[in-house]
Order: sequence, then structure tokens, then C-alpha cells
Amino acid sequence: MEYLPEELLICTITRLLEGTGHIAVGVSSPIPGSAALLTRALSNGKTGVTVLNSANLQTLNDGAGELFDRAAQGRIGAFFLSGGQIDGQANINLVGVGQYPQQDVRWSGSFGSAMLYYLVPRVILFREEHTRRTMVDQVDFISAPGTSPPEVYRPGGPYALVTGLGLFHFDKLRARFRLTSIHPGHSLEEILDNTGFGFDYEGEIPITPTPEPDRLSLLRGPIAAEIADPYPKFAAAIFKS
Amino acid sequence: MILNDLSELAARIPDGAKIAIPPSRSGVAIAATHALIARNARGLHIVAIPTSGMQADMLIGAGAVQVMESAGVTLDEQGQAGRFVAAVKAGAIRLMDSTCPALISGLQAAEKGVPFLPMRGLIGSDLLKNRPDYKVVDNPMADGPDPIVLLPAIQPDIALFHAPLADRRGNVWIGKARELMTMAHAAHTTLVTVEEITEGDLMADPLRAPATIPAMYITAIARARGGAMPLALEGVYEADSAALAAYANAARTAEGFAAWLADAPGIAAA
Repeated sequence: MEYLPEELLICTITRLLEGTGHIAVGVSSPIPGSAALLTRALSNGKTGVTVLNSANLQTLNDGAGELFDRAAQGRIGAFFLSGGQIDGQANINLVGVGQYPQQDVRWSGSFGSAMLYYLVPRVILFREEHTRRTMVDQVDFISAPGTSPPEVYRPGGPYALVTGLGLFHFDKLRARFRLTSIHPGHSLEEILDNTGFGFDYEGEIPITPTPEPDRLSLLRGPIAAEIADPYPKFAAAIFKS
Repeated sequence: MILNDLSELAARIPDGAKIAIPPSRSGVAIAATHALIARNARGLHIVAIPTSGMQADMLIGAGAVQVMESAGVTLDEQGQAGRFVAAVKAGAIRLMDSTCPALISGLQAAEKGVPFLPMRGLIGSDLLKNRPDYKVVDNPMADGPDPIVLLPAIQPDIALFHAPLADRRGNVWIGKARELMTMAHAAHTTLVTVEEITEGDLMADPLRAPATIPAMYITAIARARGGAMPLALEGVYEADSAALAAYANAARTAEGFAAWLADAPGIAAA
């Protein structure tokens, strides 16, 4: 079955979400949002989803703080974060490039990352652009660190990193990424050339599985309709819905 | 108190005030922001609860802002907030970068009348490193070492937002945007613009009362139909994407922003 690169990414993220109780999706996250909804559809009612800024996928009614209260209580199983820069220790930078505060490049800000990254058990880092500009040796500003000293309360943290080129898992003890699979049509050389940080890999690295046909049908049918609520442009472009 | 127009409302916001403003879908007082710019406000300390977009960008572009305290300034799908980015690069505003739950906790501390609230997270971030007002202490309730961050109370001079409905007694119905309730509880003065003013008593309506800010927290109200436009007002109108795109495009340069502001529909009070 033919598929789009976005559909491969959605199905890759979906495999990382299996068994999650409640998944929260932040703003500007159509691909993670689609994966969360697909996970819910496959879960037989076990997985719940909250999509911020949607009309019908919104489960919160106690103001901007409720999501964070739920995360602090351990009620959120998975969340997605990204970064203008992500480094090899899984530190993320959502603030800017250069010497803070008067930076050469300024992004919007850290949003909820400096709390959710510590408290949500399965944080999936997602950044489609995989270049030496985004995957850096050391971030210029730490919006939220990838790891913390043992005395710091931290039930959560980075679980995996999904990019346009491959899938990495994060080893908390070594504070390093390990390359799990390479997306179809890409190579280890390409990933090495485009990654600014060192990472672990072993032997013959598998190719990321292509989207399962039954999941693709689900995605293009009911999930496409659901994701059109918060992300109409994305749904129209990818699923023609 | 029901004011006659938005300029009366803007006149109640002094230069140098610390103003709490809501995120983009929760009732952003854009029409009142035009009035504030028209009265040539200066030296404002903006506290976004917890993020802002077009409103903060407009105030920064107009030279009204001295301090920007927020967890994010973004025009969402329209991309970067051009005047905010330019001001950061030029060093024209002082940044108090934070994270969403820290801003909300700070406001809740003020609401409770306590000097601080503790919050998980932040330790090891450069946000914490750049916020000397955030303190790390050892959790006194724990048996072993457990560092935790204390966030100082944020008491805004002014809370400024837009809501769907008020009544003549001064009660304001906010729907699901509960952060507006927290803002009103925490702020010294709360100024609100509304779509409509009803003759009834919102506090006497059992369906509406739980989502109504009682009049005792509201300092003044002014009517402004479409007062959040081109941003959305949840449940009332959707965002005007074309108008937001036009703003985003104009705000890329100082000249573009000045031209956009000059073409803006002025102080549109009812």
C-alpha cells in the first residue's frame, strides 16, 4: 500500500504510544495528534486523548493550569515535545540561538516543557527536520534538560526521538540516544552526516516498518475526520478530507 | 461599573502597570489593546497567562512594553511574532522567560494571598538560571533530599481580557476560560471588554453562575462587539485567518507594522 512520509511518521509514533492511559497533545502537533488519535482508536477504550486548542477533542474545563495539574499527579502517560535545537543528551531548546537574552535567532518560548518533560513518563521528541541545525551537539539554551541528578524528582522524561530520517530511543542511564531504525529510503550515512551529536548504534540497523494497511485505512477514514477539528489545513493536505 | 467607551478603559491603565493577559483563544482584548496603543501607553510589564500572541506583539511593536514575562509569544499557525522577535534581537525589552505552569502557579499564589507556591520541574533548565526570583529549596516534608522550586506570587496591577457576556451589575460570564477567573482573583484591578451586556443577573442563573466572575472582582467593563477579533472567542466566533496572516506579514518589519496600525479600524467601541 502506498503511503506518504507523514503517514509513516504517524504510524511510527503510534507504535511508541501503545498501552498509554492518557495522551496529551500540545499546540502545532498534527502528526503526533494523529498518532494519539490512532492509538486511541486501536486501544479498545483504554487510551484517552486530549488535544489542546481543539473544539471537540478538548477534555479540560478548569483553565490553562489543569493539564499541568494532571501531569503533576501522574495522570498523563505520554506527551510530545520538540525543539528548535535538540542535543545528544536530549536537552531541548525552544527559546533561541546565540547568547541569551539578546539572541540572534529567537523562537516563541519554552511553553510547558520545563514541567512536562520532568513529569510525563513517555515524552516523545518529534522534529521532522533532521539536520545539523536542529540535531546539535549542545543546545544554546536549555528550555528543559534531558536528564536530572538522582535527587531531583523526575518520574518522566525523554523516551524516543522521531525525525524525518529515523527513530531513536533514549537511554537515561547513559544519557545518549540509540538509533533504533532508519526510515525507508534513508541510510545510516545520511543520518550520521546530518546529526550534530554522537549516538549509539549496533550492527545492521533495521528499516522502520512501513504503515500497516489496516492502520492506514483507519488513519485515512475516521482519524482524518477527527484531526480536521484542530488541524484543518493538515487534514486537507494529507488526507484530502 | 459600565464605561462609555474603550478610551475610558484604556485611561485606567497607567504607564508602567503590570498587566496580566490571557492566551489566544481565551478572550484577548484586542480592541482595548488598540485603545491602549492610541493613548500612547509606555513602560508596561506584560504577564502572559501563560502565553500570548498578537496582543503582546502589537504592544511591543507600539513601544508600550518594557518587560515581557511569558512562556511563549507566537502567532501560532501564522508563525513568528515579528515585533517580539525584533525587540528581543534589539534588546529593547526585558525578558522574563518562564514555563506555562509557573506563571499559573504564581498567579494562584497571589489568589491565595501566600508569598509563593512550589512547583515540580525547572531544575537544570536555563529558564531557572535566568530567573533569580525563582528559588530552589529542599522540600521540608520529605525524608531525604528533594529540591523543589518556589515561584513568587504574581500580583498584576491590572487583568485585561475580553468575554462574551456581562450584566449591568458587573458580573462577567467567561465560559470555560477559567484562567480569566484566576486572573481576576489575583489582580488588583480587573478591566473587561464584552460582546454583550444582558439585563439579567448572571449570578442568579444556576447554569451560568459557575462560569461567572462575580462583580466584586471586576473594576470596570466596556462593551466591544468583536473585541477579540481577529482572534477567536471560544464558542462565539472563530479566528479570522486571513486577517491574522495579514498581521503576521505586516509585523515582520517596523514599517509594515506602523502601516498596519495606521490602517486599523480605530477604537471600535459600542
